[in-house]
Amino acid sequence: MNSKRYDRHIILKDFGPEAQQKLSEAKVLVVGAGGLGVPALTYLNSMGVGTLGIVDNDTVSLSNLHRQVLYNESDVGSSKVWKAIEKLKAQNSETLFEAYDTFLTKQNALEIIKGFDLVVDATDNFPTRYLINDVCVLLKKPFVYGALHGFEGQVSVFNYEGGPTYRCLFPNMPKADEVPNCNEHGVLGIVPGIVGNLQALETVKAITGLGEPLSGVLLLFNGLANSFQKIRFSTNTENLGITELRESYEFECTIPVQSVQADSFERLLEKRKLQIIDVRTPKEYREFRLKDSINIPLVDLETRREEIDMQRPVYFICQSGIRSQKGVIQIRKYAPKANLINVSGGINQLSMYAAKY
Amino acid sequence: MEVLLFGIAKDIVGKTVIHLDEGGEVPASVSELKEQLISSYPEFAKLSSLAIAVNSEYATDNVSLGKGDEIAIIPPVSGG
Repeated sequence: MNSKRYDRHIILKDFGPEAQQKLSEAKVLVVGAGGLGVPALTYLNSMGVGTLGIVDNDTVSLSNLHRQVLYNESDVGSSKVWKAIEKLKAQNSETLFEAYDTFLTKQNALEIIKGFDLVVDATDNFPTRYLINDVCVLLKKPFVYGALHGFEGQVSVFNYEGGPTYRCLFPNMPKADEVPNCNEHGVLGIVPGIVGNLQALETVKAITGLGEPLSGVLLLFNGLANSFQKIRFSTNTENLGITELRESYEFECTIPVQSVQADSFERLLEKRKLQIIDVRTPKEYREFRLKDSINIPLVDLETRREEIDMQRPVYFICQSGIRSQKGVIQIRKYAPKANLINVSGGINQLSMYAAKY
Repeated sequence: MEVLLFGIAKDIVGKTVIHLDEGGEVPASVSELKEQLISSYPEFAKLSSLAIAVNSEYATDNVSLGKGDEIAIIPPVSGG
């Protein structure tokens, strides 16, 4: 460790060389290299966290750039994990990086997380958040949570020294159509910057023992009022007694949604003309679309359902497969007998084939 | 009784804060408050996972409420 580099940390009263040494020995896993992950990674890297793991399976898209400030226009289409590491290495050559060019899944999560001291939850979806929670509880690792909604953010430190977990606040995962995500709802570019930086701060506090980490405290940030509010909550010991992962971390649906994997869908596309309903926003659709797909944004789906031919199989697609799943659930109410199929993983999973269409 | 709304709760109501004691009556417990919200704003019925805080403290359904309490309605948020 180059101590000159961290001089302003070292001369900082209450921080000093001991805290800097702890940072340099720490192994932090950041799940998600997007809106929250980018600021968290940038500061954890600059401040001297010794080992940074990054999990993400996404590629940079044009609509990421307004908030994911590590990426440039020329990075569009490239792997987030590898681009992030390239830039972070230029920022700090002393950091060791571990790349996980995959989504965190029930199958790989225990293996990946067990090698780290702390996890930063910088994901954008509930299934992964609940998975991170349960794996961290099983492995007794703290995790620093951050999440966004429009102009608002939430931050907390879960499972820290026996403290409360995500499930102590929100015991069960919401259903697929309950709460929208950034792709559907939008987010002001700076808000993930603020929330991700707060996560980096909490991470440093948890590693060094400095100050009071937000354990048992949910911090609510409202960007429009520029206000912070703290909610105290306590441990429900039941949530610490997890002995194994759940059967599934998919969104819970009363009836399972029929789905097709991206590669099988691609083979179908080659064979014949399919009825494809793209439920993304018109703007996303203009940026990229599949040939012969029809754009009916999720918000209009129920009112415009007459435009869908229920006699033919209907393939629902969106960016990541979440909105399209909601679409299937919505339309199924009106056409219970129709053959409604969700394209699992959405356009993100198809992008490798997209050039052909 | 002041009710602060966050996340999707704010979107459903269309405001960041509502006052419940204008008619003189306030809900007696967190579960009554939830029922009242659902009857005024039916979209609340679809939120299966909703945290409620009373005076900045997480509160379960059976917690009783008084006129001066400050309530926060905190749905989970997923964006990142």
